[in-house]
Amino acid sequence: MKTLLNTTLSAMAAMVISFNANASGAGVHLEAANTDITDQASLQRGARSFMNNCSGCHSIELMRYNRIAKDLNISDADMANNLMFNAEKTGSLIFSSMPEDGAKEWFGTTPPDLSLTGRARGTNWIYTYLKGFYADETRPYGVNNHVLENASMPDILWKSKQDKSEKEFNQEVRDITNFLDYVSEPVKLIRVEIGFKVLGFLFILFILSYLLKQEYWKDVKYGKWRAKD
Amino acid sequence: MDNNKNWIDQRFPLTKVWNEHLAEYYTPRNFNFWYFFGSLAMLVLVIQILTGIFLAMHFKPDAALAFASVEYIMRDVDWGWLIRYIHSTGASAFFIVIYLHMYRAMLYGSYKAPRELIWILGMVLYIALMAEAFMGYVLPWGQMSYWGAKVIINLFGSFPIVGELILEFILGDFAVGDPVLNRFFSLHVIAIPLILVILVFMHIVALHTVGSNNPDGVEIKKNKDANGIPKDGIPFHPYYSVKDIMGVVVFLMIFSAIVFFAPALGGYFLEAPNFVEANPLKTPDHIAPLWYLTPFYSVLRAIPPMFGSQLPGVLAMFAALLILVALPWLDRSKVKSIRYRSWPYKVALGIFVVSFIVLGWLGMQAVTPLYSLMAQIFTALYFAFFILMPWFTSIGKTKPVPERTTEH
Amino acid sequence: MSEQEIDLKRRRFLTGATSVVGAVGVGFVLVPFLSSWMPSARAKAAGAPVDVNIEKLEDGQLVRILWRKKPVWIFKRDKTALANLLVQDDNLVDPNNLEDQQPAYAKNVHRSINPEIAVIIGICTHLGCSPTYRPEVGAADLGGDEWKGGFYCPCHGSKFDLSGRVFKNVPAPTNLVIPPYHFVNDSLIRLGVDPKAS
Repeated sequence: MKTLLNTTLSAMAAMVISFNANASGAGVHLEAANTDITDQASLQRGARSFMNNCSGCHSIELMRYNRIAKDLNISDADMANNLMFNAEKTGSLIFSSMPEDGAKEWFGTTPPDLSLTGRARGTNWIYTYLKGFYADETRPYGVNNHVLENASMPDILWKSKQDKSEKEFNQEVRDITNFLDYVSEPVKLIRVEIGFKVLGFLFILFILSYLLKQEYWKDVKYGKWRAKD
Repeated sequence: MDNNKNWIDQRFPLTKVWNEHLAEYYTPRNFNFWYFFGSLAMLVLVIQILTGIFLAMHFKPDAALAFASVEYIMRDVDWGWLIRYIHSTGASAFFIVIYLHMYRAMLYGSYKAPRELIWILGMVLYIALMAEAFMGYVLPWGQMSYWGAKVIINLFGSFPIVGELILEFILGDFAVGDPVLNRFFSLHVIAIPLILVILVFMHIVALHTVGSNNPDGVEIKKNKDANGIPKDGIPFHPYYSVKDIMGVVVFLMIFSAIVFFAPALGGYFLEAPNFVEANPLKTPDHIAPLWYLTPFYSVLRAIPPMFGSQLPGVLAMFAALLILVALPWLDRSKVKSIRYRSWPYKVALGIFVVSFIVLGWLGMQAVTPLYSLMAQIFTALYFAFFILMPWFTSIGKTKPVPERTTEH
Repeated sequence: MSEQEIDLKRRRFLTGATSVVGAVGVGFVLVPFLSSWMPSARAKAAGAPVDVNIEKLEDGQLVRILWRKKPVWIFKRDKTALANLLVQDDNLVDPNNLEDQQPAYAKNVHRSINPEIAVIIGICTHLGCSPTYRPEVGAADLGGDEWKGGFYCPCHGSKFDLSGRVFKNVPAPTNLVIPPYHFVNDSLIRLGVDPKAS
């Protein structure tokens, strides 16, 4: 019986993968996530929601706890006490708490790592996906998803959806999305700022090099290298 | 100081080289905007080599580790993200600069006698650069790296009889996998950069032997003053060195804006599916080579399989690339510069540029019947430019070329 | 305008200014490249503090712990061994720990926080070999009666006493290094973190 179940589940997992290929592109209208990576409060709430709701099954194994703590201004102690469920050291990578075999058995597939989902799928996709669950009795968890047809994930945020106002719920999803966007490229927090400094510096260098060029080219326009006869 | 210089000069031609190639190398006085791209191409080559050296210190050329090692560079290595973004942006920047550099040659007939060899060396450089870029693109081992490698390498399998053997030879396996990644790493990091540097050196030696062309297409060496200095020439250093420095700074401003504000450039410089690790079981929804290879990819797709073989398309693609080498001999015009050319050439060049850009755009799109038809039409126009060139460069009335460069 | 009117001063100034600003730019560019050689977040995570339980450590017993890819010795000294630390100052290069080879809280005769428990990085200060633990007093091959127990480096023969202080007339120039550490409680040592300033 168990083997039969396993076979069915893995067959379905394979279907998820192939459906996925069809579904992610055309057809589904994606809602604008309107995330703001400079909104640190949103990122902190997102980190908390992620650790509470998602990290049980999903890893973000390219990311370290202490990097998040540093980037989002969360103290190491806070991080260790409130957000680290699956590791002891703040320098650890963020693995999920689920053993891989268990995952295969429970969901028919290993829940994917979400380190780069923000870049691979985009924020609008994540936002719409998390909001896109609807009741479907034919599915193992009684839910299906508009964005990722036959997704094997349960609607983990159902309780929030039920208890919170629509606006609050949207904000919670937006926070998680924002957090995942940050996780997919942590340096996004600082690179724009550095960019302005670099451009400012280059602009000064440009003015100098322009004046230098004009100065030397006086020779060509009027001086010893002017056009002769 | 002078003594030191003497000491060196007796053992190494320092002053001689400095004078021959910079301080007393006479360059036409009338260079315009288009003449920045030669020095910029050299700059980008240096940038790529430098950043590449540092990336290679952290990258793992192993199918199991490569993807994660790139993200390790992006996250765990201090400033690794910047080095990586400069390298990935540099790859695209290289082609933008090279395409503009080549277009300059076509605008002003710089490939015509006596500069055919400069053009040929440049074309070999271009092809080597494509190979370099393609192999570099495979290294991050994302979905696009993997499937792009698969598609491009499979082209070599279309040769009759030996195709399969060539494939296995390139792959070192029966599919794209660790051996390809490992050997592409070696070629990308050592072999091809070495070839590029040698070719650039030869390109410049050839250029300095005949001297630069210019927007008027006149030979400045035909008019020399009593001291043997071309009347329309000015020393490269300091005049063009300071001008090029200014060009470099402007280039760096645009380059930095991309690196810091939009390193993926909307998916043109870094594609979203390449942030998913290579998975041999699942092709991404839509795969296309990076933008700089797409014109030729379009040509490939425009030619339908014949006699049950992809070979015609593959041959057409290579022909589209190699026919550029013949340009100096296809052009029969007595005039070099577009300023004095006849109208048929101007029209043809316009159509050619449009065809190249449209083919490039089509190469990024998913195939539809309309796009296939368009690709065929523009492929025909692309080849027509070369095939008809001996004809349209010999008709029409050219304007008289001045004896001396014109001042602007 | 003729040649004479060229403003050489302005020309020199602009050349200088562009060169200086350009050189500063090159300096900026060097920062990311050089920084990329520093220990990465992964290396730092791997070099994170290590907790060691010493509850079961017996007199004379030594455990080797890997911290930041370096061997760290943690061993327990009995009364005799502690007494022996006081009697051979004349034979030591730096008996009073004048060289900065230990944190301030270990700048004492026993070179440790708790006199009995020694925590020492087991790397010879000569050329980086790891000395062997030779606690037996009077070992014949190490000078017989003179030898009060200590460490002997097999590479070039350097000798150290039981608090890692180097003996005279051996190649190693300085005492062994004491790493930062503190006691979380009586039986737990955290390697890599100084005690909290009180």
